[in-house]
Amino acid sequence: MGKTKDSGVEERPKWDNKVQYLLTCIGSTAGLGNVWRFPYLCQTYGGGAFLIPYLIALVFEGLPLLYLELAIGQRLRMGSISVWTSISPLLGGVGIASMLVSVLVGIYYNTILAWVLWYFFHSFQNPLPWSQCPLNDNLTGYNVECVKSTPSNYFWYRETLNITPDIETSGSLHWWLVICLASAWFVVYVCFIKGIASIGKAVYVTATFPFLVLTVLMIRGLTLPGGTDGLVYLFTPDWEILKNPQVWLDAFTQIFFSLSLAFGGLIAFSSYNPERNNCERDAILVGVINSATSIYASISIFSILGFKATTAFNSCVKENILALTNHFEFSDQNITADHYDHWVEYLNRTSPGELASVDLRHCDLQTFLDQSASGTGLAFIVFTEAVVEMPGSHIWAILFFVMLFTLGLSSMFGAIEGILRPIKDLKLMPKWMPNELLTAVICSIAFLTAFIFTMGSGNYWVEVFSSYAGSVPLLIIAFFEIIGVIYGRGMKTFSEDIYFMTGKRPNIFWKACWMVISPVMLLVVLVAYVGIQAQTHPSYHAWNPAYELFPKTEMKPYPDWVFAIIVLLCVLPVISIPLVALYQLVRSRIKRSSALVDLNPYCNDSFEVEPQEQKNQRA
Amino acid sequence: MLGQIFVLLCLSSAWAQQLCMPEASDGYKVRLSINTALGDQAYVWNENEMFLFRATLAFAMRSYSGGQDYNVSNIVVCAETPRVSFWFVVTAPLNSSRLIDRSDVEEAVRKSRNRINSAFLLTDRSLEFIGIPPILTAPVTPDTPQWLIVFGVVMGAVGAGIVVLLVTSVVEKKRKKNKKSGDEDIEEEPREKTEGNGFARDGVYNMSFSDDDPVTQM
Repeated sequence: MGKTKDSGVEERPKWDNKVQYLLTCIGSTAGLGNVWRFPYLCQTYGGGAFLIPYLIALVFEGLPLLYLELAIGQRLRMGSISVWTSISPLLGGVGIASMLVSVLVGIYYNTILAWVLWYFFHSFQNPLPWSQCPLNDNLTGYNVECVKSTPSNYFWYRETLNITPDIETSGSLHWWLVICLASAWFVVYVCFIKGIASIGKAVYVTATFPFLVLTVLMIRGLTLPGGTDGLVYLFTPDWEILKNPQVWLDAFTQIFFSLSLAFGGLIAFSSYNPERNNCERDAILVGVINSATSIYASISIFSILGFKATTAFNSCVKENILALTNHFEFSDQNITADHYDHWVEYLNRTSPGELASVDLRHCDLQTFLDQSASGTGLAFIVFTEAVVEMPGSHIWAILFFVMLFTLGLSSMFGAIEGILRPIKDLKLMPKWMPNELLTAVICSIAFLTAFIFTMGSGNYWVEVFSSYAGSVPLLIIAFFEIIGVIYGRGMKTFSEDIYFMTGKRPNIFWKACWMVISPVMLLVVLVAYVGIQAQTHPSYHAWNPAYELFPKTEMKPYPDWVFAIIVLLCVLPVISIPLVALYQLVRSRIKRSSALVDLNPYCNDSFEVEPQEQKNQRA
Repeated sequence: MLGQIFVLLCLSSAWAQQLCMPEASDGYKVRLSINTALGDQAYVWNENEMFLFRATLAFAMRSYSGGQDYNVSNIVVCAETPRVSFWFVVTAPLNSSRLIDRSDVEEAVRKSRNRINSAFLLTDRSLEFIGIPPILTAPVTPDTPQWLIVFGVVMGAVGAGIVVLLVTSVVEKKRKKNKKSGDEDIEEEPREKTEGNGFARDGVYNMSFSDDDPVTQM
């Protein structure tokens, strides 16, 4: 009894102040998807009209789930595995599933950050390497692959990824990507070294810097020619689109994935809070800020894209003017862009035959605005092309890539915390191992595993992981989370928890959402999502220079072994839910035969005065 | 006598003009885009500018041929348009009825392209010789790729940060250990400093008391 427990029991870490906690949660939820997925969805699904299903999804699905996770973490003050085990041993698998998903996502997500770093390093080069084509081998012309596509495409697919024509050809390990990946993991490690003490300081920068850059980009974008055109195009509502169920599905999945739910990271972060903390306000704040970030980012991105479309349109018209001037031998600059249409009309009237022989491109601003992209294509191809056209392109490139890096880094914090906290809670590591060493080990293992993504086929694998490991399992886990808390722990007990923490019980809106609306919505989304995925054999876009329609990407179906891996990625994390439940049931039945062990945690063993045998004897 | 010379000159220039025509096999078409290139600073294309062009081209031929006496009169120009574009052919210095080969002209122009461009304050794109592709300049590649330098700087900073943080945490732990080993007190430290009521971490949360009202019912 007299032993000092200095090394055995550690202090549970806690936040220095509320701001750190909020910034960490906001940073964890605001990630790359806010910048490159939401604007694309907004544009594809009728601009301003998309905001309606999006906001409905936020209010009825996003906020309740977020509130639930923050509340349960704060009340039970444990990481994801222990939280679910303490609600009910049958639910232990939910925590394990969260941890496995965090592992899978953490591995591939940092590869994207490695690519961002690569572009960041190259933004210091003068001229920007993606602005011009390199010469071919015998210096007689430009590289063929580059000429057929564009310099940005070439730089992304050839010089960065050195991509193979399909996923089956692995290619070799690319050293330049390996060292960028190493730097990404080193940065993650330096932020995570002291747990939330160091993250708490890091998020002052990583969570706030993106907003600063987005503001600057927005101002710059709106002052460039064509910036406002891009905005008008983005937000012009097309109300017809609301009749399409795909829109609603995408809105709901976007909200869900955008809020980083079911990773276990948010549960861990809120478990470091003081016991009495208004998590309702926190949840609403974080959820609303996340959606506001998405909308804000889409304004910035689309003003720049509007500028890009206008520039492309202007150069298209200039090309046509040059062709006309050269063919008809007019004086240089006689035809200006303003009078271009008049001139064409005039020439059509006077010499239509000649006009027909000139090879004129059809220039339409709408076509250029319609060229949308999402994901890595938006950041590394479309946006880099836009940046080249802007005056002072180096600064904008540097700012943009640092913003992407900080956005992704703060999301990585959530994923890594979802891995580390359960390991520490379960005390899986030996006592002598300090936290710094454990973090280093986890980072190193993840780094080595991510080598797959640095090979020639790496980009295809990242797409596999992001489409399948980071989607369906999360929906399933979230569904079990909400069922587990509301029906496993009980709505009454949970209300008491919230009363204990915030001083007031949840109102009818939250209760209705938790008990009925959100689980039903989750189930519908899950079924619809899986249904749509299952309808077609999964295929991917391959960059194949030998393809006859090059530079268009070739749609190839995934080979069978890749398909098996996809199924594995979907099933592996969630298989622990039924397995653990089964294991606990079997174990409890075995134990029940020997002693009274109830699975119900409400039953406190210390008050079992009479074992069953004594009771029988008495009777 | 003078009259005969005059007629001869006229004939020879007429003859030269016949050598030069659009689509001539040994001629090149030249196209200038002065307004596009120079904007407000553009000069007007007139006879003097044409003279300069012929003189620079003669210079180019002289440089290429190693000193042969090319003169302005050896550069024959025709088919001028308002664009500004025209055709030219080069006649041999000694025999004005013989045209210099297309390939020789091309080589001469390529060799002195830079000088020709700068005489007119233009570039390869605004002073075009149709059929003579501009010389592609390979981009300058320094010995160490620039991105590796930036990478080195960033990694150095991050590595230094890691070392500093690890060292400070090791130092802190040693300091704590020294303090504890000198501490004789055997006090039961609270398990969880953040828990107000000593909530035991490795037990099952005891729910049997949470339903209690703060005030027990009578």
